Amino acid sequence: MRVASLMSKTLIPLVAGLALSASSFAAEYKIDTKGAHAFITFKIPHLGYSWLLGRFNSFEGKFTYDPENLEASTVEVVVDTASIDSNHAERDKHLRGDDYLDTDKFGQAKFVSTEVTDQGNGNFLLTGDLTLHGVTKSITIKASKVGEGPDPWLGYRAGFSGTTVLKLKDFGIPEKLGPASSRVTMELYVEGIRQ
Amino acid sequence: MLKNTTQTYGSVSKCLHWVIALFIIGMFALGLWMVDLSYYDSWYVKAPHYHKSIGMLLGAAMAFRLIWRWANPKPKHIVSHKPWEVTLASTVHGVLYLLVFGIIATGYLIPTADGRGIDVFNWFTVPAIGTLMENQEDIAGDVHYWLAMFLIGLVILHALAAIKHHVLDKDATLKRML
Repeated sequence: MRVASLMSKTLIPLVAGLALSASSFAAEYKIDTKGAHAFITFKIPHLGYSWLLGRFNSFEGKFTYDPENLEASTVEVVVDTASIDSNHAERDKHLRGDDYLDTDKFGQAKFVSTEVTDQGNGNFLLTGDLTLHGVTKSITIKASKVGEGPDPWLGYRAGFSGTTVLKLKDFGIPEKLGPASSRVTMELYVEGIRQ
Repeated sequence: MLKNTTQTYGSVSKCLHWVIALFIIGMFALGLWMVDLSYYDSWYVKAPHYHKSIGMLLGAAMAFRLIWRWANPKPKHIVSHKPWEVTLASTVHGVLYLLVFGIIATGYLIPTADGRGIDVFNWFTVPAIGTLMENQEDIAGDVHYWLAMFLIGLVILHALAAIKHHVLDKDATLKRML
């Protein structure tokens, strides 16, 4: 009697709870921008002879991720476009101006995922709507998991990297840099802390 | 006569006035022109380099001009000038000085925002004083632009006033600066 009551009071809800969490274990992660363990970098050909690299210093985002059901994952990132940093103040000023990003008008870029396609071995295609320079367009990021696990500070982290190529013209950004520089390669590195 | 007297300007003051005036108007045009150059224009790199170099030298010329002004007698106002004309002219002169220094200072703050110095004609480098505020290059750039617009407006007023004194009032206002 006592055992039965104990079982019904504790064990059954516990098992039920476990079953429930296993079926919907898409944990929420916050991208660790506070600790700067996430990077939105870009590179664009310079004259066609070399590369120019830069990054966006200020952004925030979150994702849901379930290693058992990768395709159910979702991502949302908002980037402060004025935080562009190519290690040259004069150039950054120009890039923020209306010749390029026009950050007074379009201060935010936003990515919201719409579909995740699992390609196996931790590789996946992340498709979503990117709003940049006031234009929203579906893009696909070739991504892969870098790793996940407990961190030394009693948290749990998961990291991913991804690349995609954007045509400036697609987002209505004037092509002022010549035909060699009409596309920018985005290289993304995000580390999320499980909430 | 190099130095000013209480009656008229000396040749150093005149020379500084006209050379600086010429360069300021040239810099205004150069500044507006250079920001619209295309990336593949052969002037794209050179024009800003000259603009910055001349700007730094103008800063030195203006500093010398101010010292010269204080070290010399000030020509008296012409007696036929009405009190409101004297007040207005003096105010405009003062604001012109302030604007020129303000434009040079904000111009300096744009390329030096990331700690890079300004190479003056590859002759010497004016070092950066570092980042004073966030988005320094953007804020300094906006202020630089609007101060320059205001300056050119005042320069036009200043020139019109000189012509008015010469043509309508037929006094020596313009002549003693020539």
